[in-house]
Amino acid sequence: MSEAVALNTTQFVVFVLSNEEYGLDIQIVNTIEKMIPITRVPKTPTYIKGVINLRGDIAPIMDLRERFDLPHSEETEETRIIIVKFEEIQFGIIVDEVKEVINICEDNIESITSLGNEGLMENILGAGKVDDRVITLLNIEKLVNISIKE
Amino acid sequence: MDMSQYLEIFIEESKEHLQGLNQSLLQLEKNPQDVPMLNEIFRVAHTLKGMAGTMGFNKMAKLTHDMENVLHALRSNEIKVSTDMVDLMFKCLDALDSYVNEVITKGSEGNEEYTDIINGLDNILKKKIDNTPIKVATGDKNLQNEEKPSNLSTLNFKMNQYEQNLVNKAVEMAMNVYKITIVLNKGCVLKSARSFIIFQTLERYSEIIKSEPRVEDIEDEKFDFEFTVIVISKKDEETFQKEITSIAEVEEVIISTIHASNFQTVQEVIAQETEQKTEQIGENQPEESEPENHKAVQTSKSNMKTGKTVRVDIDRLDVLMNLVSELIIIKTRLEGLDEIERTQNYNEVIEYFERVTTSLHDAVMKVRMVPVETVFNRFPRMLRDISRSLGKELELNMSGEETELDRTVIDEIGDPLIHLLRNSADHGIESVEKRKETGKSEVGHINLRAYQDGNNVIIEVEDDGRGIDLEKVKKKAIEKGFVNKDVAKNLSQKDIIDFLFKPSFSTTEKITDLSGRGVGLDVVKTKIEALGGVVEVDTEAGKGSKFIIRLPLTLAIIQALLVQINEEKYALPLNTIREIIKVKPEDIKQVQKQEIILLRNIIVPIIRVGDILDVPPSQKNNKLLTVVIVKKGEKLSGFLVDNLIGQHEIVIKSLGKLLGGIRTIAGATILGDGNVALILDVNSLAV
Repeated sequence: MSEAVALNTTQFVVFVLSNEEYGLDIQIVNTIEKMIPITRVPKTPTYIKGVINLRGDIAPIMDLRERFDLPHSEETEETRIIIVKFEEIQFGIIVDEVKEVINICEDNIESITSLGNEGLMENILGAGKVDDRVITLLNIEKLVNISIKE
Repeated sequence: MDMSQYLEIFIEESKEHLQGLNQSLLQLEKNPQDVPMLNEIFRVAHTLKGMAGTMGFNKMAKLTHDMENVLHALRSNEIKVSTDMVDLMFKCLDALDSYVNEVITKGSEGNEEYTDIINGLDNILKKKIDNTPIKVATGDKNLQNEEKPSNLSTLNFKMNQYEQNLVNKAVEMAMNVYKITIVLNKGCVLKSARSFIIFQTLERYSEIIKSEPRVEDIEDEKFDFEFTVIVISKKDEETFQKEITSIAEVEEVIISTIHASNFQTVQEVIAQETEQKTEQIGENQPEESEPENHKAVQTSKSNMKTGKTVRVDIDRLDVLMNLVSELIIIKTRLEGLDEIERTQNYNEVIEYFERVTTSLHDAVMKVRMVPVETVFNRFPRMLRDISRSLGKELELNMSGEETELDRTVIDEIGDPLIHLLRNSADHGIESVEKRKETGKSEVGHINLRAYQDGNNVIIEVEDDGRGIDLEKVKKKAIEKGFVNKDVAKNLSQKDIIDFLFKPSFSTTEKITDLSGRGVGLDVVKTKIEALGGVVEVDTEAGKGSKFIIRLPLTLAIIQALLVQINEEKYALPLNTIREIIKVKPEDIKQVQKQEIILLRNIIVPIIRVGDILDVPPSQKNNKLLTVVIVKKGEKLSGFLVDNLIGQHEIVIKSLGKLLGGIRTIAGATILGDGNVALILDVNSLAV
């Protein structure tokens, strides 16, 4: 396995949501946790599952399957919570499985304009091509925009 | 050199100095003769100038420099303290403050030059040149006490009180005080250099307390060929005569001794001449003014805090606080463990552990406590400005500044208090004419009081103004449609006052800069309630009103009642709970779609918290319902819950930025089992 680590490559954490592969910039990923009990928080969008106790800190948990309207999948041994921290906001994302960390060269990242699906578009940075896999790269900035309904 | 590492210190210290200057300046305005205070102002301004200069903030340094010039003129009695001058000084401080703020946000001082202020300062200094010293001496009552022209001198030699006191003291201590006039050779080329040598010589044997012209002027060669100094020394006259004449280019040295008696006669003469001077300046003056001066120094000293302190970053304190919270959570967890055999030894250890964590918690909380003084100390200045702009005479009395509150509360309490004070000054206190009519003193009094009451801190804003016109409020409330006419008749005083806290409610016809725009008291109320406090109002027509703010001592760790709604656990702050009752389902009655119960003949609305929080309804049908009676202000509400778990000490944690906007939830806490429970916001849930 020969990996050419060029200057313009970025490392991504690759995870699975409903059998599709997604990637998050490793810079914003804090930790990866096993599933722990989640406390429901009222008056939040359905994709906010609630909050967890993250070693003394309270962290909100987001379910991206709900957010992206993906089919729901059962919780398994592989289910993980990826804790991300973006501009002082810390929260977790439930994923079906965390696979690996890979380098993706800038040249291999397709811009989102070539992709369809309106609703999903704004949450996406682009698509990364690695060998014959296509990994959807998430735009964390959009994910932290949630609305509280009273 | 990289200055960025000093930036933080600069900002913090500048803020402190500016605050100090604000206070001292107010003092000085009240008491223009307060020489120690003037010296203090001068010293602080000078420090500020030095700091700004070092950091390369030249505009700031320039402004402080000009300010210092005016202060210097003040100190040497060339100009007098006037309201306009103090106004300008305050503007100066504001300008400096905005420089500092600019530094905080942008890292540089910005481009604003405040030329109008600098010109104003220059004008003050120019005026001083127009006024001959004699004019000043006879012109202003305040300064007469300090003006001491001495006819011993061939020059127009005057000493201020401070210098005079020095002389008196020196004479008392049997030291010699000489007035030395030195005349230089007319052919002297480097006058300043020559005088420098003379000064050095003098300083070797004595202490120079006064020089005419000023040392700065002598350095700049702004004098003819002679200058006069007053020195205190143990040496005799001849030593000086010999030493100075031995310096080249000195033409003549005239030395005369100043005796205390000498001084007094001079003063007596002047007293007779001007006929306006009070007896204070008579023969006894040195003895009299001495202790007085002493007292002033002492009081100003006692105002200054000289404890051993360390500056600590707030973030670090928060980290410490978090760790202590963790410890308390673990403690609770240990106490709750079932699978451990509870030997006596184990229990003792746990008890000891609990004592230590409690003390640790108290200690950390104390560290986070800040005296309300930090908020209060900007108010005298603010009230002064308001009083000027409204043309009302106001007097602010503050007490209990040392009362301590948690830092988180302190940070938030400023704005509501400003609002209440402005409110009192603008709406409460009547105009001077009106006050005269009603037989009140012309000066309106506003009292700002803080004190601790159990686990609460009370802050009161009280004025002796016109009080709240309840009829007017009622009329307005009907107009605005908050209440209909018939209901309005039966309203209690408290109900009527509550209208004041409704959004967009204002009774003044006249809108001023300060208040009356209808956004106000509701903001105060929201803010205080967000802090877990309450606002109450006491008013009497014609006598004045009192706004009472009741705040919790701390926000970080509280006693709470854990309740269960279906499977979910929630925490209710214990201080909001009145009692817990069990009722039969049929006891709940309906009044206009609102469920109520009768509690000892009081109607208490029932709130199905579970429904509001979208908790899935429980399948169980309890024969008796558990109702937690909570109070919001004076009103009671009954929260319907499924089960009570018990009382716990909980650590309040924020839900974070992402979920911060939920009104019904005040925060979250971590339970002994490691799970998260949400803390209910009683104020927004109760009706």
